[in-house]
Amino acid sequence: MAFTFAAFCYMLALLLTAALIFFAIWHIIAFDELKTDYKNPIDQCNTLNPLVLPEYLIHAFFCVMFLCAAEWLTLALNMPLLAYHVWRYMSRPVMSGPGLYDPTTIMNADILAYCQKEGWCKLAFYLLAFFYYLYGMIYVLVSS
Amino acid sequence: MITAHQGCMVPEEVYHKDPQVKEGMQFGDYVNNRASSAPTPLSSTSDDEEEEEEDEEAGVDSSSTTSSASPMPNSYDALEGGCYPDMLSSSASSPAPDPVPEPDPTPALTTSQSSKIAKPFGYGYPTLQPGYQNATPPLTSGAQPSNTVYPGFQQYAQQYPAVNQLSSSLGGLSLQSSPPPESLRPVNLTQERNILPPTPVWAPVPNLNLDLKKLNCSPDSFRCTLTNIPQTQALLNKAKLPLGLLLHPFRDLTQLPVITSNTIVRCRSCRTYINPFVSFIDQRRWKCNLCYRVNDVPEEFMYNPLTRSYGEPHKRPEVQNATVEFIASSDYMLRPPQPAVYLFVLDVSHNAVEAGYLKILCQSLLENLDKLPGDSRTRIGFITFDSTIHFYNLQEGLSQPQMLIVSDIDDVFLPTPDSLLVNLYESKELIKDLLNALPNMFTNTRETHSALGPALQAAFKLMSPTGGRVSVFQTQLPSLGAGLLQSREDPNQRSSTKVVQHLGPATDFYKKLALDCSGQQTAVDLFLLSSQYSDLASLACMSKYSAGCVYYYPSFHTTHNPSQAEKLQKDLKRYFTRKIGFEAVMRIRCTKGLSMHTFHGNFFVRSTDLLSLANINPDAGFAVQLSIEESLADTSLVCFQTALLYTSSKGERRIRVHTLCLPVVNSLADVYAGADVQAAICLLANMAVDRSISSSLSDARDALVNAVVDSLSAYGSTVPHLQHSGLMAPTSLRLFPLYVLALLKQKAFRTGTSTRLDDRVYAMCQIKCQPLVHLMKMIHPNLYRIDRLTDEGAVHVNDRVVPQPPLQKLSAEKLTREGALLMDCGSVFYIWIGKGCDNNFIEDVLGFPDFASIPQKMSHLPELGTLSSERARSFITWLKENRPLSPILHVVKDESPAKMEFFQHLIEDRTEAALSYYEFLLHIHQQICK
Repeated sequence: MAFTFAAFCYMLALLLTAALIFFAIWHIIAFDELKTDYKNPIDQCNTLNPLVLPEYLIHAFFCVMFLCAAEWLTLALNMPLLAYHVWRYMSRPVMSGPGLYDPTTIMNADILAYCQKEGWCKLAFYLLAFFYYLYGMIYVLVSS
Repeated sequence: MITAHQGCMVPEEVYHKDPQVKEGMQFGDYVNNRASSAPTPLSSTSDDEEEEEEDEEAGVDSSSTTSSASPMPNSYDALEGGCYPDMLSSSASSPAPDPVPEPDPTPALTTSQSSKIAKPFGYGYPTLQPGYQNATPPLTSGAQPSNTVYPGFQQYAQQYPAVNQLSSSLGGLSLQSSPPPESLRPVNLTQERNILPPTPVWAPVPNLNLDLKKLNCSPDSFRCTLTNIPQTQALLNKAKLPLGLLLHPFRDLTQLPVITSNTIVRCRSCRTYINPFVSFIDQRRWKCNLCYRVNDVPEEFMYNPLTRSYGEPHKRPEVQNATVEFIASSDYMLRPPQPAVYLFVLDVSHNAVEAGYLKILCQSLLENLDKLPGDSRTRIGFITFDSTIHFYNLQEGLSQPQMLIVSDIDDVFLPTPDSLLVNLYESKELIKDLLNALPNMFTNTRETHSALGPALQAAFKLMSPTGGRVSVFQTQLPSLGAGLLQSREDPNQRSSTKVVQHLGPATDFYKKLALDCSGQQTAVDLFLLSSQYSDLASLACMSKYSAGCVYYYPSFHTTHNPSQAEKLQKDLKRYFTRKIGFEAVMRIRCTKGLSMHTFHGNFFVRSTDLLSLANINPDAGFAVQLSIEESLADTSLVCFQTALLYTSSKGERRIRVHTLCLPVVNSLADVYAGADVQAAICLLANMAVDRSISSSLSDARDALVNAVVDSLSAYGSTVPHLQHSGLMAPTSLRLFPLYVLALLKQKAFRTGTSTRLDDRVYAMCQIKCQPLVHLMKMIHPNLYRIDRLTDEGAVHVNDRVVPQPPLQKLSAEKLTREGALLMDCGSVFYIWIGKGCDNNFIEDVLGFPDFASIPQKMSHLPELGTLSSERARSFITWLKENRPLSPILHVVKDESPAKMEFFQHLIEDRTEAALSYYEFLLHIHQQICK
């Protein structure tokens, strides 16, 4: 049993995924608030937009870590989400600041529903990933 | 605390704000008030509050009989002598701030006021129950009046069987027992040559019983694409027709019941306004037709001011009219009603001076200065800009207007914030001086740059304390400072059939600015008078999201293009004198089970059913897509209600309420029978604009064609034995393919024909914000033959006889050499004169001896005393009435080069790039059979 770089990666990913889970929950709550009219879309977009890039960067960061640690399976599992993030950010509306959400279109029922669904899917993904990393970490620690 | 504060806040708001702010809300002390509310973190908070305002409409207080219903306890107390012990005690115990005296004209009772303030913080629900049960005591205590009128009520119950609770099942039955309606008769489109009816197409009348039909909202203000609402989303999906509403809420009305009453009766849970389609369960209770909650009828509502009788709530004007206007009490205000404020932001660069619009504008404004809607508080201001920004100090007492130049366009500031927006009446002489001087002030300018962005930022700073209307006149691409734009149009791509790029904005500067403006109740109207590409797609954002409007005058020049100049002049006249509503919000409610999906128009969507409109004008139209979330099986009727809360130019807070009632059906045939093809096409056009911006133009075009193919094939499958005999459509949808073809050939969506990007974008803006009547003319122009006008079937309008020639189909086959035809395209009229046209007609109507002597450019009909001239002119004047954009008239000779303009509107004909109507039908048929 040894503390390898791969084990370190898993540990880090575990912590960061916990953070991402909070991001996802925050998203879900925010869009729910929008849907139930509690919040003004301008305010809501202003609070959500700065969080988009950090989330994507955190995810990209431990993907790179897994790449360095040559954890190919874990990397492959994360690739779809990484690709999705890139695509999502490329196809964002014309904006001067960072972020994805445009207060003028966010109240469109389709977009709102999409964002909510996205939030739930991500939450599910991060939760599963969390337990997978836990397993991965223990496995690496035990096997090496 | 003597001063009643005029802009009474919503109780919740009073709670949120600190007491100092309340103290600052002195009656009439407007400036003071501004000063005190300005420091609050701006756009966001005020937005929130504004939300609460209609939300005050919407819901927070639903738990108690507060706010809007607040005067109600007053009257109960006064009339019945009873009171609400629980409520009073709760109010006494709760830590209420000083009761704010109301502007209520009646000597108000302090107790009930404190209860009003207190209740919202106090615990809502428990107090509700006793208040709710209290509905009965007044009934018994006031037994005498209610007993006497009770028979009257029963009569009423019979009168409106369909509204009543019991009859929901009967309603469904009556629908089915009727014989198959005319609108369902199948039409073979490929064989029917004359599909276009000779008379204008009217909106279908919903299949309701007679009483409801009479009460229903006018289709001019409120239309639904399906007048028979399908019961479930599955049925709607099967029908393949769009479901949505087309609204024209602030239309100029000749007759509008205005209600002044202390209590505006609304449902306690969904805040719906009482309307003709609610049901009265008994004398004292009514059932909301949107959420089905049973509410009390307030005491005041029992008295009918019209008939001066007591105990007939169902005869009140609110219950007799589907369109009413309430004078709102201070509960509907967040601040004192704002004055009318107009700011003009004028481009004075070389390009603008060269085009010469300033003269027309100043002249028009001078003429209409007294007609600008407003009261004694009306304020006005001017900003001009080229590469610098010029402000005009018009403070009363100055001998002449003072021009202040700010050259720091990176950080714009207001040189003298107080004296730039001045009272119209106090500084009238100075304003007139300025307007007289302006056209000549910049004649020798060499400045070619335009700092539009900074000028707008300055305008925003200037307007933000009050809100109002900013009118921007721009003649070129903004080239300096924030918001500068680059040319994006490639002229070689104008007639491309492939990709049309740059339909969306290049920067979000204008959008952000519009949102800021909207938050400060300021609308920005754009007049774009350019000769070259000016990136309207980006510029229009400033109006789109601030509820403004866009006017576009391509290749504008006073001398080279006099017809555009004249059009501007007429448009400005309408623009200056039409009604205007400030700080408006519009909420659309619909029966439980339906939900709003997407909104179209110029506004900012603030929550799922609330549109924020800094200004509202009578020419603004809106569209809403709907979806059916829950099955409507347990109801036979659905209702839609729009409530537009605005401040009139006289400083009154008003609410205009429209309610539309439609039947629910459960068979596909009934859905088709009730389809409103014009409304559907307008909604589709709106959706197609969104699609072409978010996806691509070709996607949008495909979607339009698919809409026809899908709906007609879905119809075909409901009547299987007709499958092989050709392209079948129900009578209600027989014009659907024609209109879709017209849309495909419309400037906004056409491909293959050379279309300038700005023209295309402008057409899209028009589709988004024009009301249905005007939009239909834009999509499918009306063609009339006018060389043989007769009085047969003529209508009489204001002592004038207006002939009603039949509509002709839009095809060159109708252009006979001997004829003269008038085409009404909404914003343009063409009179086409055939080569062999009767000389009598040319002489009597046009005032020329023969065809050859008619000039190439002619834009007026002379006023001749002949009968045919009078007929033609009265017909054209009649057509021109009530247009938001005054149409320009072109007389087109058969052989003049201008005839191409005319011919492109003949949409049934084949062009190089597009199919003819018959080919289009065959194409659809092929797609269906595939």
